[in-house]
Amino acid sequence: MDFSHDTLVAISKSWGLFYMMAFFLGVCAYAFWPRNRTRFDRAKHSILDRDDTPWQR
Amino acid sequence: MLANLTSSERQNALVLAVAVALAGAVMAIAGRADVLGIHGLIVALFGGVVAWLVMASFYAPEPAEDRAASYYDDPIKVGIVLAMAWAVFGMFMGVWVAAQLAWPNLAFDAAWSTFGRLRPTHTTGVIFGFGGNALIATSFHVVQRTSRARLAGQVSPWFVLLGFNLFCVLAVSGYLLGVTQSKEYAEAEWYADIWLVIVWVTYFILYVATIARRKEPHIYVANWYFMAFILVVAILHIVNNLALPVSWGLAKSYTIWPGVQDAMVQWWYGHNAVAFFLTAGFLGMLYYYLPVRAQRPIFSYRLSILSFWGITFFYMWAGSHHLHYTALPHWVQTLGMTFSVMLLVPSWASAGNALLTLNGAWHRVRDDATLRFMMAAAVFYGLSTFEGSFMAIRPVNSLSHYTDWTVGHVHAGALGWVALITFGSLYTLVPSLWKRERMYSAALVELHFWLAIAGTVIYVFAMWNSGIIQGLMWRTYTEEGALAYSFVDSLVAMYPYYIARAFGGLLFLLGALVGCYNIWMTVRAAPAAATRGADAPVVPAAVPGE
Repeated sequence: MDFSHDTLVAISKSWGLFYMMAFFLGVCAYAFWPRNRTRFDRAKHSILDRDDTPWQR
Repeated sequence: MLANLTSSERQNALVLAVAVALAGAVMAIAGRADVLGIHGLIVALFGGVVAWLVMASFYAPEPAEDRAASYYDDPIKVGIVLAMAWAVFGMFMGVWVAAQLAWPNLAFDAAWSTFGRLRPTHTTGVIFGFGGNALIATSFHVVQRTSRARLAGQVSPWFVLLGFNLFCVLAVSGYLLGVTQSKEYAEAEWYADIWLVIVWVTYFILYVATIARRKEPHIYVANWYFMAFILVVAILHIVNNLALPVSWGLAKSYTIWPGVQDAMVQWWYGHNAVAFFLTAGFLGMLYYYLPVRAQRPIFSYRLSILSFWGITFFYMWAGSHHLHYTALPHWVQTLGMTFSVMLLVPSWASAGNALLTLNGAWHRVRDDATLRFMMAAAVFYGLSTFEGSFMAIRPVNSLSHYTDWTVGHVHAGALGWVALITFGSLYTLVPSLWKRERMYSAALVELHFWLAIAGTVIYVFAMWNSGIIQGLMWRTYTEEGALAYSFVDSLVAMYPYYIARAFGGLLFLLGALVGCYNIWMTVRAAPAAATRGADAPVVPAAVPGE
């Protein structure tokens, strides 16, 4: 296959766009999937349940 | 510390150290009088000293600690000390080269102390020495705490930490001896680059193996950032440093990339070094130490996921904005410009997420300088990512490129974001690691904060002024169509700003020295805190989850 500058431009301008769009949708689906809510809530609270409390003046 | 290794681990450490020393001896023999020979001696000496340290406690009694019930913090402690030592070295070199621009006589007529050789010791010292050691130390801490599991190795964390510092020593000493690949942030020569690949792949394997042992089912988002940092830096480093040495006995090599491809590969590397070395890893710090210090969960975990994927996938394509108006194809420049502007979205999502986390805890930001370090870091992160997106736009770049504006932008990011989040994280980490109630002196943390802020603001404002003046002077034409100012005219106009910049940098260096003293006194003097029962990994028998 002729892998010229024009080929690269064509791939970037077509498939480059589509794979980014697909990726974006995938990430959004993962982040907003209702079943993941509890998992995320747990994750963001679990780093706090240690005895490493900051010093309070 | 070495007494915490079992005797078989001590044997492995000794074998590794002797192997490094032998490799150094081979380099010294092959390199002879070339810089490669001198570097061989440095490597042999480094390996020899480590071997000697291992030997010194080789027959010490076996460690008694219960490994399953404790985290492995020894390498983290050493990493923090090394990070602060590199901070002082790198920032001192920065002040020196800044002063040389105002007063060129400060080069003292020696070859090793010319601007061109000292400048990379500053960039390597602060980015890799200070930033790199801080990233290794905090990543080892965060991955253990968020995974609730001990590091997946006893010798490999030392190999990563000490091996990385050997790379930094080779790089910095090489610049002083006149060795460089002439690639920004990748000046070190081929043998140092090969060594860094070995160290970095070990780092990645260690990190993934630790995650694989996790007791916490979900991988906390800070680890995603650290993993992106480790993985992408490995890829960038390997591709950009593909080079052929002139011979096996010479330090000099030539890159395999020709002409404009070399420029593109270099700035794909260079900008992603900013993205993944100076941003992704430090965002990992932000997403862990800021919520922990504020005692508040991150404002939106979903937003942190969206911005993670945005940052990793957009940054990859932004590098060509360093090559506007060059031989690089126009559409590639436009691509880099577009992605740079798009980057504002995930960048501000992270900065906003951090600031919204503090919403409701502003009284703590007021009272606690450590938390204020992290708040100011998030603000500077937002400001410098906005500035960066703006400067990547081609017509703006025609004014800003090659001027001190770029230098000001880099330092708004490096001082205001990277260094402030690091100091905030270290002030959170040090008392917890050494089991102290708090830092030795809150007043000194406060002093450090204001020295750092004043230094950054003076530095950045001086460079904005001088950069825009430079840019305007270089594009001012007379009525006859000739350039109105010579280059030397613009240089003379820079003089007061160069003095102000050196002063701002000096304040920042003084702040780092205050931080070193405070950390040292915390380790040495402060009373031990009450035992922290909860600060231990979940032992294997326990049920994961709640």
